[in-house]
Amino acid sequence: MDQAITAQSISITGADGDDVEAYFAAPQSDTRRGGVIVIHHLPGYDRWSKEVVRRFAVDGYNTICVNLYSRQAPGAEPDDAAAVARSQGGVPDAQVIGDMAGAASYLRGLDTSNGKVAVMGHCSGGRQAVLTGCNTDVDAIVDCYGGFVIGNPPPDIPYKATSLEDQLSKLSAPVLGLFGKDDAAPSPDQVATLDRLLTEYGVEHEFTSYEGAGHAFFAVDRPAYRVEAALDGYARIGRFFTEKIG
Amino acid sequence: MCTYNTEWAQIRGSSGKGRDGWMPLTTATVYFDHPVHAPADHTLNIDFANPDAGPSARIAVELTADAARELVAAIERALGNVPAELLTQ
Repeated sequence: MDQAITAQSISITGADGDDVEAYFAAPQSDTRRGGVIVIHHLPGYDRWSKEVVRRFAVDGYNTICVNLYSRQAPGAEPDDAAAVARSQGGVPDAQVIGDMAGAASYLRGLDTSNGKVAVMGHCSGGRQAVLTGCNTDVDAIVDCYGGFVIGNPPPDIPYKATSLEDQLSKLSAPVLGLFGKDDAAPSPDQVATLDRLLTEYGVEHEFTSYEGAGHAFFAVDRPAYRVEAALDGYARIGRFFTEKIG
Repeated sequence: MCTYNTEWAQIRGSSGKGRDGWMPLTTATVYFDHPVHAPADHTLNIDFANPDAGPSARIAVELTADAARELVAAIERALGNVPAELLTQ
């Protein structure tokens, strides 16, 4: 496989017709392929999120990560932007849905698109990947330890996210879920509830929960990184993408 | 897990030195969650900020829980070691 890619910052049309910043990477070949939306985690549109974008471009997909904090902190460094977004309780779900619809439209409009798009995310982005799947036309969903897909944040914290439990019946795309058994958000009980609900709603899904792993086990620049879980997780994502959007 | 917890303190009348030099500070955002740089899964993070001056008007610190408690105790000692009339200026 030719692994040469091109990566660049671009602007796409997001929620409410707004221009929003995004990081895009794609193989240099002109073969048709699927698209992947990577939703960044709560710490923002950071270096690691862009590394993940390039990883899936090397694997043969048109891949994009939208800066969800474009409006809150235009042009700011990612950590400064994340601090602003955090102080405001995150970003509204409606804005995320609009931005992800814009990203999916951008990917499907590329000359090299095969028409299929997956959405994936880590941490808050895992929840937002499921949120996107409930409200936008996508072909595959990867939820990496998304918190508050099931259950609400404690009432005394300002984070705006709420449970997606009442939206899950709208899911039509298959879901790959990757979780750590030592995580508290989502907890193993919440993962089990999500598993049960998706079964009830007839949503195709494959869940794996790793022993000895907690939250953020994919994050190579954090002590939470767990090499066995991350390697197995990436292998599962690779097979899932080949089957669903390849 | 991400704790998402966030506390605020109003610190108007204070100043701090950031990348562009000294600036007035108005708000401190305090939370125990993932750090950007500190080698720990979770730290006590404080963003001393002046939101009116934009996102980069921020001085960020990431402290271990022990360090944060040491800092709180040191601040209390420093405040307690001076005549009370100085604290009302």
